[in-house]
This record gives sequence, C-alpha cells and structure tokens, in this order.
Amino acid sequence: MSFIELSNVSLRYDNGYLAVEGVNLSIAQGEFVALVGPSGCGKSTLLRVISGLRPPSNGAATVHGRVVKGPISGIGMAFQNPTLMPWRTILQNILLPLEVSPQHKQRYRQNPRPYIEAARELMASVGLAGFEDAHVWELSGGMQQRASLCRALIHQPEILMLDEPFSALDAFTREELWQAMQVLYMSRKPTVILVTHDLREAVYLSDTIYTMSTRPGRIAYSRRIEFPRPRGLELTYEDAFAHIVKELREQIGGMRTQISGLKGVGA
Amino acid sequence: MRLSKTKDTLIAVGAVVGLFVLWELAVWLFKIPPFVLPAPSQAIQSLQPVWGVVMGHAWQTLWTTLAGFGIAVVAGVLLGAAVGTSRPLNLALYPILVGFNSVPKAALVPVLVLWFGIGTVPAILTAFLISFFPIVVNVATGLAAVPPELREVLRVLGSSRLEAFTRVSIPFSLPYFFASLKVAITLAFVGAVISEIAASQKGIGYMMTSASSQFNVPLVFGGLLVIAVMGIALYGVFAFLERRLVGWAYRSQHA
Repeated sequence: MSFIELSNVSLRYDNGYLAVEGVNLSIAQGEFVALVGPSGCGKSTLLRVISGLRPPSNGAATVHGRVVKGPISGIGMAFQNPTLMPWRTILQNILLPLEVSPQHKQRYRQNPRPYIEAARELMASVGLAGFEDAHVWELSGGMQQRASLCRALIHQPEILMLDEPFSALDAFTREELWQAMQVLYMSRKPTVILVTHDLREAVYLSDTIYTMSTRPGRIAYSRRIEFPRPRGLELTYEDAFAHIVKELREQIGGMRTQISGLKGVGA
Repeated sequence: MRLSKTKDTLIAVGAVVGLFVLWELAVWLFKIPPFVLPAPSQAIQSLQPVWGVVMGHAWQTLWTTLAGFGIAVVAGVLLGAAVGTSRPLNLALYPILVGFNSVPKAALVPVLVLWFGIGTVPAILTAFLISFFPIVVNVATGLAAVPPELREVLRVLGSSRLEAFTRVSIPFSLPYFFASLKVAITLAFVGAVISEIAASQKGIGYMMTSASSQFNVPLVFGGLLVIAVMGIALYGVFAFLERRLVGWAYRSQHA
C-alpha cells in the first residue's frame, strides 16, 4: 500500500458541478509529485481532499493506510499568496506551526531554543538570513514566498502541499525558488504534492507528473522524471528536458483542443 | 518620506488655532452680538468665574460617557463576534441591529427617563446605545474578512478551532476593532450630552441648558468647547493605542 492513495475519488460541489471524477492515484513516501493541467481541472480540490479539508463525494483518500475523515494534522501547506501574518515578524511567522501542531507544541513551549535555531537555519538555507526580525511588508514577494515555504517545513511535515506557490513570481525569482525548493526537498525528503500550471517547473522538480483533463477533472497521463538530483538550472535547456516538456504540452494541448472544438489551436 | 512627528503636530495645532482666529475675526468684523455667536475668547472667559462648577459637570459627563462606552465595547465585541462567526446569528441579528440603530437615540431618552428616572443612568445608557453599533459592525466585518487560507494553514497543522481563532481571527480583526473605537468614543459623548440636555441635573449638557435659559450664550459655547476638548483627548488616547497595538495594519500599506 502506498503512502498516499486516492481510490476512485469524485467530488461534486453543492451546485451539482462535478469538479473531479474517478481519480486513482498512489504516491510513495518521499515522492515528489506534480499535478498539472488547465485551470479548473480540480487540482487544488484534490489537495483539499487529501488534506481532509474537503470530504470527497465518492471514493476515499488514505494516508498512511488510514482513511482521511477530517483535517489530518501535520501537513505543511504553501499557497500562491504567501499568507504570512503581518502582525508577526518573519521568524514568528515561521515558528507558528510549532505553536499549534500537536506533535510539537508541548516541547516548543518548554524549550523553544532548538526550534528557533532550526528556524534560523532553515531561513538561511533559502537565503533569508538576517531577516528574522523583519516585518512582512519589508520583504519582496519572492522573499515572502520563501518565508512561506519555511513555515510549511519548520515542523518537519511528512506531507508538503504546494498550491501554485511560485506562480505569482517573476521568472527569475521563480527559478531561484525552484532551486531553493529542491534543496529543502533533498535535505528533508517529505512527500510533496505540487499543483502548478508551469510544465518546466513540474519537470524540474518532480519524480512523477500527472496531467489532468478538465470538466470533470480526471488523471489523463502520468510521466516519470528520472533526472538525478541535484538538478541544475542548465538542465532546463537540455534537449531531453525540452522533449519531456513538449510531450506534456502536447498531452494538455490535445485536451484543450478537444474541449474548444477548434483544430490546431492551443497546442 | 512622511512628515516628521513634530511637523504633523504643528499642522494639527495650527489648524485649530487658525479656526479660532477666523472665528474671533468674523465676530469682531461683522459685529456679531455675543448672545447670537460669542467669540471664542468670550466663550473661554465665561468658563473662568465658574471653573470649579464646570469641572464638576465635565467630570460627570466624562465618566458617564466612559461608562456607557465601556458597556458598548463589551456588548459590541460579543455581538460582533456572534454576528461575524455564525451565519444563522448573522441572518437573525443584523436586521434587528440595523433597525435599532435607525431609531434616533434622542427619542429614546424620555423612555429611559420613564424607566430609570432623571440623571446618570439614562445618560450612561444613551451613550451605550449610540456607540455600540459601529463596534458590532466592525468586529463582525473584521472576523468575516479573515482570508480562508490563513485558517487552512492552521487547520492542516492540527490546530483546534480556538487556537485558530486566537492566532488568526482575533489579531486579523483588531485593526477593525480599533477603528470602530475611535468612532464610538466620540458618539458616546454625543449620547451622554443628549441625555443630560433632556433630563439631568448634572453634566455639561445640563450646564448648557441652564446657561441658555439664562441667555448666557458664551457659557453655552464654553460648554461646547469643553465637550470638544474631552472628545479630542479621548480620540487621541484611542488613536495612540491603535498605533501602538495594531500599527502593522497601517505600516503594511506603505510597502
């Protein structure tokens, strides 16, 4: 049995709209998975089903062999918006999960020192050293997103859910953060589920990519990525890399053409 | 770059002084008699011979205002939290609250006098009734405006509802709360003085009615000035607290 297992998951919204249908997915522990697909294909919805924030209408999600019934604890999450809290300094923002997660809060309250040290190290590893006591509004968008990633990882979650965390950033910052993400992933090996529109991002970061079709969202195609880590940014300019991106693009382009009914558009 | 603090203060004080100078000049130029519109100097002078009595009345108005305001803060926060966090309570209470707020509070004073007699209690209650509504609305708005992602981040960490409320909802809605306090404290003065004018033998409101019945118009205006000074002072206290406690909400907009 895999670490995370979705069996025949469907999700229908209250208004009758079928967001996701018959999704089967198994993710191994420590695997980096990307879900890509056109907007509205239910990628974020799947994240919410796995984390227990939304119950599926049909089918079930299991994590660690246990069926997900309510919000499961100990997940790290990062969104498109950094969602930092402006009333806290950057360090306080990153320490937040330790104040509430049941596994850590007791120990954190009794002895916060080692945790604060760990937070500082984590910040340094993504280039945020020296910004511990800065306020949120003093940081650029890219730096806020780094802090958001640190917050998602500080409590050493087994599962990290990334909902388009790099999509609001400029191209250079985004590529920097891919590298930072790779470093964080390699040092901690959480199971990562990344939702993204960006195929290069998916190929650069993941072990497995699932493309989804839309209305209702279904898993349409899966692709293993075998490039050894650490992967350098030069890799993204190599033919083998470009070839995979093109292959995925054609998959998604094919779906879009089917939907719009226009031949030769969207590919 | 923002203006320096002393410069800010100078502008504010200068505007007040300027207004008084204009007023003084207008009365002098157009030869307006003091029983129509006294000059500010006359209004201030009129306070001097009765200073002790005025201070007694001012103290009465101040404490009734603060008592009513205090009740309004407690009631406003509780009602605002109820309306802002529960949809059924929101649906049930909002129409009642809006209807209630539309009733002119001056019209309620006679009812309050009927129930509680002339004096302090109606003044406190009027101050409370007139000032709690903005607190309810702002607390409810602040709580309802918490971005859902902020709460989701906490929920998938395994936090309890209470932890999510104290760590996200409360700090997030504090700026809304403080903004409403500045409005509410000035309204509370209005409420207390309305009630004193209608039915009391104490307070600046009462002092103004009795002065006007003796055609002592400068003292009426003196009373108005005393109220204005107290209002500005308390507004200043809450503006100061706001800047100290939730300054992040204002500074973050300069990013």
